[in-house]
Amino acid sequence: MRRACASVVAVMMWIGVAHAQAPLHDAQYPDADIAYGATLYKEKCVTCHGTQGDGIGGVNLRSGTFRNAVIDRDLDRFIRAGSPAGMPAFALDNAEMSGIIAYLRNMNAFDTVAVKTGDVVRGRAIFNGKGACTGCHRVGAAGSIVGPNLSDVGATRSAGSLQRSLLDPATQMMPINRPVRVVKKDGTIVNGRRLNEDTYSLQILDDGGNLRAFTKADLRDYAISTTSPMPSYRSTLSSDELSDVLAYLLSLKGQL
Amino acid sequence: MTGKGRLFATSFIGFVSLVGLLSMRVHGQQVTSQRLAASSNEPQNWLTYSGSYYSQRYSPLAQITPANVKNLKLQWVYQSPVAGNWQTTPLVVDGVMYLTQRLNDVVALDATTGRAFWMYRYTPAQDRIVCCGANNRGLAILGNTLFMGTLDAQLVAIDARSGRPIWQTAVASTKDGYSITHAPLVVKDKVIVGVGGGEYGIRGFIAAYDVATGKEAWRFYTIPAPGEPGSETWQACPKGANTFCDPDAWKHGGGSIWLTGSYDPQLNLTYWGVGNVGPDYNGAQRPGDNLYTDSVVALDVDTGKLKWHYQFTPHDVYDYDSVQIPVLIDNWDGSRTNVVAWANRNGNFYALDRATGRFLVGEPFVKVNWMSRFDERGRPMQTPQPDGQPTYPGNQGGTNWYSPSFSPRTGLFYISAWEDYASIYAPAPSEYKVGTNFTGGGPRNLSAVPGAPGLGRSPINTWTEAAGHGAVIALDPGTGRAKWKFKMTDVTESGILTTGSDLLFTGGREGFFQALNARTGELLWKTQLGSSINSGPITYRVGTRQYVSIVSGLSMFVFALDE
Repeated sequence: MRRACASVVAVMMWIGVAHAQAPLHDAQYPDADIAYGATLYKEKCVTCHGTQGDGIGGVNLRSGTFRNAVIDRDLDRFIRAGSPAGMPAFALDNAEMSGIIAYLRNMNAFDTVAVKTGDVVRGRAIFNGKGACTGCHRVGAAGSIVGPNLSDVGATRSAGSLQRSLLDPATQMMPINRPVRVVKKDGTIVNGRRLNEDTYSLQILDDGGNLRAFTKADLRDYAISTTSPMPSYRSTLSSDELSDVLAYLLSLKGQL
Repeated sequence: MTGKGRLFATSFIGFVSLVGLLSMRVHGQQVTSQRLAASSNEPQNWLTYSGSYYSQRYSPLAQITPANVKNLKLQWVYQSPVAGNWQTTPLVVDGVMYLTQRLNDVVALDATTGRAFWMYRYTPAQDRIVCCGANNRGLAILGNTLFMGTLDAQLVAIDARSGRPIWQTAVASTKDGYSITHAPLVVKDKVIVGVGGGEYGIRGFIAAYDVATGKEAWRFYTIPAPGEPGSETWQACPKGANTFCDPDAWKHGGGSIWLTGSYDPQLNLTYWGVGNVGPDYNGAQRPGDNLYTDSVVALDVDTGKLKWHYQFTPHDVYDYDSVQIPVLIDNWDGSRTNVVAWANRNGNFYALDRATGRFLVGEPFVKVNWMSRFDERGRPMQTPQPDGQPTYPGNQGGTNWYSPSFSPRTGLFYISAWEDYASIYAPAPSEYKVGTNFTGGGPRNLSAVPGAPGLGRSPINTWTEAAGHGAVIALDPGTGRAKWKFKMTDVTESGILTTGSDLLFTGGREGFFQALNARTGELLWKTQLGSSINSGPITYRVGTRQYVSIVSGLSMFVFALDE
């Protein structure tokens, strides 16, 4: 699903806001996912299901159990398919689905009043300014191509994953994006980000922004790093600023 | 025309006539039951799905050697018009190649040029229900008749000369989730097929049909009915069990047949691998070992009676179905024992006495943590992992349906394996409804980063080393221990072929088709075909020339040495 960036009103609860422990189902549900899901619920679900999740007779979403869904994958399927009983199908992206499921699993214990609101416009300003994110990342037509392109990161990554990316980037780095260091037989060193690899060859984007391909047999050395070149923003951005950046990232749904 | 030219022309016409006569004579020969049983006498042909009744995917052809394999040249390409994961293995009979393409087409090609003689198109029912890749993996032949199972669970006999249908038999009901995806096996006057659909709550079976009429001769249910031997492994639900424990679990207990069996003419036994139990992951719904799921069954080929069975994964909760080719090896480990050798999805290699089913060897070929060891009768001591912890091997298995190979020359057994690969299982109750998915939860999405996109399948290897890698493993079938490994960066779903010159051909998801030294694993030749290789290579000879064929993506590529 694609929406205009400005139409997204992301409501973010940042770390440290207390709520009851989420029940274990497929996984622990990150706070950011639950909060994002609460926002989506208000946008898409509340009209029929009501603020308390009991707007439809015989259905109580706050109970945490569902007639047509046992595990989260069932919930995902049900929400995407809709119900002949009258619920329309919802074409949610990955981030939205992770959020809505996390919220449905935690409706009973979640205090929406305690949520801080992240601001997309402020977040964009931090992304382009104080955070210096565009030094590595690109959104639409602006920014560097050296780091992963974030134009659709708000559709592909869950809120929880994005939150952790800002605090502890290495834990959220996709293995395919790992930094590589190549030493050619003539001693030339090339650093870059892995784009693809097979048994015999390696394809990277080097630090100068060039697409480079190597035959492994021609290399003296080749190393893949599991540490991320991205800094943690834990101490350089305030809690409010982090909320804003997260709201902005979640608004990036693939628009050019 | 000069004298020299006339001489050339006369000689050429004579040569063409001779070739023509030879071709006509050869093409006119029927594939008899005796020819099928003695297929090693005619290595120029590939008469059954796995190359012979022993299913070794070994060919004595030796024109292409470790020394000259680097000179292989592409001879022709056949492009399928139908998109999708193409898993077929062709047959080659006296210069004619017969292959299936999705959904249920059969094509007869000149094996030297790829030009088609005819095409038969069977249109499976629109309301078919097929799990896990709507595919067809190949054909069987007897006389001048080809046999194909269809996605809507029909068995069709086709005239190999014209491509016209001869008869059609309903094997099972597609509306109930039954399908056929594997190549049939012809033995004597019977054509044998099994049914898929284990993810839809079928009750699996293997059945034999008269080759001339299509009339059913016998049927062996892979899930025994109450009172039949094996039914005691479908136990009653304990008192107080949750409502999903099903006292009639056997009625939709799965036990699919996904791949073609093998045959021992001396013992008159046919061997088949049986698929997973239904529901796949929620064992609480079906207490007991759940025979004959995840087993090999040895059946009398004349009657369909069970001679013996061995269950690789009792009470499976991992979808470790025995969707592998039974490979028959004589004089196992220098003894007088003849075995069925088996690299199972559950990560273990097995050797079983094929007369009795006696367990001889069980040895992991990849990391295994769902079990710790075997007892003296070969029963695995299971070690379920705690909730949320990874189980090795993962859901796709240490290997899967990809054909292995055994070379009588090297004495080695070759497996396409997934190493360092795991899944986290999440069982859940699943209510059986006819024709609907019945898996009981599932393996959790393999993702290196929670909340990030999963590790997908594409030309980009997003799996990377974080989620395992592929390998060809050559092991000693006497011990089950590896002699060498050829590691790949991405995983592999390719079958393996070995030849009389100790070459090993295989592919992988990266799209490389490669030749290894079968004795050492050394890479000798490779070519990039542009898409994942999801079937097995074969080799054949027409005239004096040896060919090797492989399907990659939507194309079949055929290689040979230049003349």
